[in-house]
Amino acid sequence: MSLTSAPPALAAVTAPRPGCIGDRVLRNEDGRFLAGHGEYLADLDVPGTREIAFLRSPVAHARIRAIAIPEGAEGRVFLLKDLGDIHPVRAVLTSPGFRGSDYPALAADTVRFVGEPIAICLGATRAEAEDLAQEIVVDFDELPPVVEIEQALDPASPSLHGWPDNICFVSTPGGGDLDAAAKAAAVTVSREFRMARQCVVSLEGRGVMAWWDRRLQELVVYSSTQQPHVIRTVLAKLIGVPEHQLRVVAPDVGGGFGVKNNLQQEEVAIAALARRLKFPIRWTEDRREHLIASPQAREHRVRLTAHADAQGRILGLEAEAVVNAGAYSIWPWSAAMEANMVAGILTGPYAIEAYRGRGVTVVSNKAPLGPYRGVGRPSACFTLERLVDEIARAVGREPHAVRIDNMVRPEQMPYRTVTGKLFDSGDYAESVRQAAAMIDVPAVRARQTRENGKGPRFIGLGFASYTEQTAHGTDEWIARGLTEVFGYETATVRFTPDGKLIIEAAIQNHGQGLETTLAQVAAEELGVDPADVVVRHGDTAVSPYGMGTFASRSMVMAGGAVGRASRQLAEKVKRIAAHLLQVKPDEVTLAGNCAVAGARSVPLKSVTDAAFLHPENLPAGEEPCLDETTTFQPLSGTGAFAYATHAVVVAVDTGTGLVEILEYAVAHDCGTMVNPMIVEGQVQGGVAQGIGNALLEESPYDSGGQPLASTFADYLVPGAPEVPTVRIAHLETPSPFTAYGIKGMGEGGAIAAPAAILNAVNDALRPLGVELNETPITPKRILTALHDARTERAR
Amino acid sequence: MKPMPFDYARATDVPDALAALADAEAGVRVMAGGQSLVPMLNLRLATFPRVVDISKVAELRERGETADAVTLGACVTHGEIEDGEAPEPAAGLMRHVASGIAYRAVRNRGTIGGSASLADASADWVTTLLALGARFVIRGPDGEREVAAPDMFLAPYFTAMTDQELLVRIVVPKTSRDATWGYYKVTRRSGEYGLTIGAVILDPARDRASVVLGAASRTPLACTATAAALRGAPRWTDALEAALRVAVAEDLARGDRPFEPHEAIMVETTILRAATQALGVS
Ligand SMILES: Cc1cc2nc3c(=O)[nH]c(=O)nc-3n(C[C@H](O)[C@H](O)[C@H](O)COP(=O)(O)OP(=O)(O)OC[C@H]3O[C@@H](n4cnc5c(N)ncnc54)[C@H](O)[C@@H]3O)c2cc1C
Repeated sequence: MSLTSAPPALAAVTAPRPGCIGDRVLRNEDGRFLAGHGEYLADLDVPGTREIAFLRSPVAHARIRAIAIPEGAEGRVFLLKDLGDIHPVRAVLTSPGFRGSDYPALAADTVRFVGEPIAICLGATRAEAEDLAQEIVVDFDELPPVVEIEQALDPASPSLHGWPDNICFVSTPGGGDLDAAAKAAAVTVSREFRMARQCVVSLEGRGVMAWWDRRLQELVVYSSTQQPHVIRTVLAKLIGVPEHQLRVVAPDVGGGFGVKNNLQQEEVAIAALARRLKFPIRWTEDRREHLIASPQAREHRVRLTAHADAQGRILGLEAEAVVNAGAYSIWPWSAAMEANMVAGILTGPYAIEAYRGRGVTVVSNKAPLGPYRGVGRPSACFTLERLVDEIARAVGREPHAVRIDNMVRPEQMPYRTVTGKLFDSGDYAESVRQAAAMIDVPAVRARQTRENGKGPRFIGLGFASYTEQTAHGTDEWIARGLTEVFGYETATVRFTPDGKLIIEAAIQNHGQGLETTLAQVAAEELGVDPADVVVRHGDTAVSPYGMGTFASRSMVMAGGAVGRASRQLAEKVKRIAAHLLQVKPDEVTLAGNCAVAGARSVPLKSVTDAAFLHPENLPAGEEPCLDETTTFQPLSGTGAFAYATHAVVVAVDTGTGLVEILEYAVAHDCGTMVNPMIVEGQVQGGVAQGIGNALLEESPYDSGGQPLASTFADYLVPGAPEVPTVRIAHLETPSPFTAYGIKGMGEGGAIAAPAAILNAVNDALRPLGVELNETPITPKRILTALHDARTERAR
Repeated sequence: MKPMPFDYARATDVPDALAALADAEAGVRVMAGGQSLVPMLNLRLATFPRVVDISKVAELRERGETADAVTLGACVTHGEIEDGEAPEPAAGLMRHVASGIAYRAVRNRGTIGGSASLADASADWVTTLLALGARFVIRGPDGEREVAAPDMFLAPYFTAMTDQELLVRIVVPKTSRDATWGYYKVTRRSGEYGLTIGAVILDPARDRASVVLGAASRTPLACTATAAALRGAPRWTDALEAALRVAVAEDLARGDRPFEPHEAIMVETTILRAATQALGVS
């Protein structure tokens, strides 16, 4: 067990106090959101702003012979050469064997996917900018496109980046004696699984606005991003503006889910151009651009083989995950993030001692892949959990019972997995038991006996379990070969003279409720009312440096930093209060906006008044003012592991191929919950996206590399009627490695839903001889499988 | 996703709209609810230099009723039909259909005439009006003419109207009072166009049965064999179901292309379920 920093020393909270950690505090930010007073990128009203339309490639793969700009468009159309001396984005892993490629801010010589930006067009309105874009004529010399995984794996296909083939990286995690496991096995089960390519579909698309501030001599870049500080660092390098003259601001961000957790080409192009112009420019991504040109997700083909004993105990696992990562590596994750993650976590929550994995990343003429809620986890979970069901069937047991037997047990914690992750705490099997109890397995089985086969509707039951690595620390990012190491988070906690509190954090809140939960952490330490706390974030000019919000890290990391800073600040508050109350500092406690010592108390306002405005009232030697800045790193470099089991009952209509979700239950453990209400919202929302992944969402391409789902008429996302209310049971095992025992949990809901739903559909259709191992599970796929099974039986 | 520049004018009456359409070279398009036209303009799939808004033309908003038919102005909205603000010719079928089109925001603007003029093979009204045997009153430079439903929808997005004509109103024959109907629309999520639509109207008093399969082929398919099998059938029996399956297969064979296996299952389900609804089988 490697400890990377001093113990956090902020112990888990047992009994929540009002407004503090564990309380269901209503969200501070909801006032402005519910009143429609949020301010998103498109709402910014800066005089003189011109709107941008990007001219984007209409073809998947081509050399650009010439670009003809209409006469009179000077100063309104900009190509790469007009952006000055800027560097192409080159996102690489430090891992040996990784193949890098240049991704220019605007394509100048070659386009490699439909939607790749070629030119910036300016207009007083977006419509005028689009008119201009339409007048530009690009002479393309079309090249054969590489579209599907099989093509990308074929060494005979054209190479996109001048490599010997289109393989970007191969990772080979594993350990233990697989051959021995195979020999000892009573059953060996193999399957191939596919998860379709998806779009991310944040409610607000991406967007960037930038201008040169003459007074401050700095470039101001507003971006709908999840990580302003990190974007500043990389932008500075690419466009040659030093970081102290670059300010990056994320205003209200209408959902991210990972699609805003990268450097965007548009950010680079717009920042570089704004540096050279005398007026602000803005790009607001529309839905069509979002569905075509935003970083996309998934598109995995995983082949998995399990060797198990007669009880279904998995002795060894063998996997090959191929991911079609699209045309380029995006910064900072690189194209290899998904394949590496899938191959790296395929042993799931189970104690599997022998594993041989292969993660293969291929490039193709599709939009680049980026992170999307869960990243590789939904696919890894889908693959493994589908296979666990097949193992259970092979040995004739209930799938949830086989899960229980395979899980890492509480007494094994902390448990080092065969791929080197350190599971921190929890009773994994208990999540299965609780989910099974909530869904009432015997009742569902009885209902199946009663109803299935009597009509076209077949009932099915599915489970899926997972662990979710969260709050990844320094070791994890180094192990992944990232060029920057996102191992910590920072916060400043600052009283104002009137006794109120400001938290300045480097994370970015885009729906997670962090303006409330960070305030609750401060309340825990300082006795303030969370409604009186302002959390400022998302702006390089207002907070110390930090990494941003992604990878289920902000509550653990920023929460830890706020906790530590508040704790240190509390010591000073107590010293000053003790002086005012004429008691000893260790007699003082902070609660209800007061410093209390026995029967005597003083309002915090008097303490801040002394600290800021009346140094004569401070104890001897005490410095004026009340603020603290600290950082936080979790004790384990691979972070804290949340876990859950989802259980779902579906009805499959064999006449239409439609799947209805009848019941959905989740038993999960994310350690100490800061605000259970917000946790429940995250679970519910994640499950909604997982339902989309399982049943609806798919971004198909034709053989020429044209994306076929470019509007919501073709790209279906679940709406309220498709999403059931999820029943949730909380287990609460604190992590020993984090402040207060908090674990991240932001991605969890989305991870298990595809697996659980596919297991349920397969459970329903098994009597009909159907097995489906591909998402989304559309009416066409279900009915085709039913037809094939019928034809097979007739033979 | 912003349209090319275009001129916008509001027609005061039908002659005004017809005058705007008269010059074939001018590229004028009328707009009713705009729920299909505006997305096409925004995606730049269509560009028209001039758009003439007919949604407020009084004559096109009229609705009326005689002993045997209901007349709906072309610009009566889905929402008005849903809300019962138009007479109902078919024992609640039209209200039911209206309520299942898209979302309320679309229904507030989208019109029955716009839907019929667009002739999207997946549109609810195209299937329904064919099943109801509606007649379309069309006015153009040469005056007014009436087109029966089977002659109206010629191909996807292609009707019997010319670009110089306007659909003025739709005449929907009334069913008898004890007619029954079934309407089964398969969608992957709420508010979507149907993957398939089955409309069945049984009117024993008039010895009439009508069955239409929508959304599954280039134009809605009148399922005459299935209708014949249903005509006079008093209730659902195993024998009827078997006969219907044969009849459905016969109807599908007359489609404009062979159905893939998954489609064949779905369309058969659609027609049979609409038929069971019409026969009151729960
Ligand atoms: C999100 C969404 C979901 C939808 N879902 C469904 C659905 O489930 N089922 C369904 O059936 N429809 C659906 N629609 C389409 C909707 O019903 C439209 O309202 C309808 O197809 C067109 O009617 P409109 O009045 O909006 O016509 P417009 O968009 O104004 O016009 C459509 C076309 O018809 C022409 N036109 C209009 N009126 C006349 C006229 N009187 N004479 C001659 N030409 C005319 C126009 O010039 C144009 O070419 C959906 C639309 C949206 C946006």
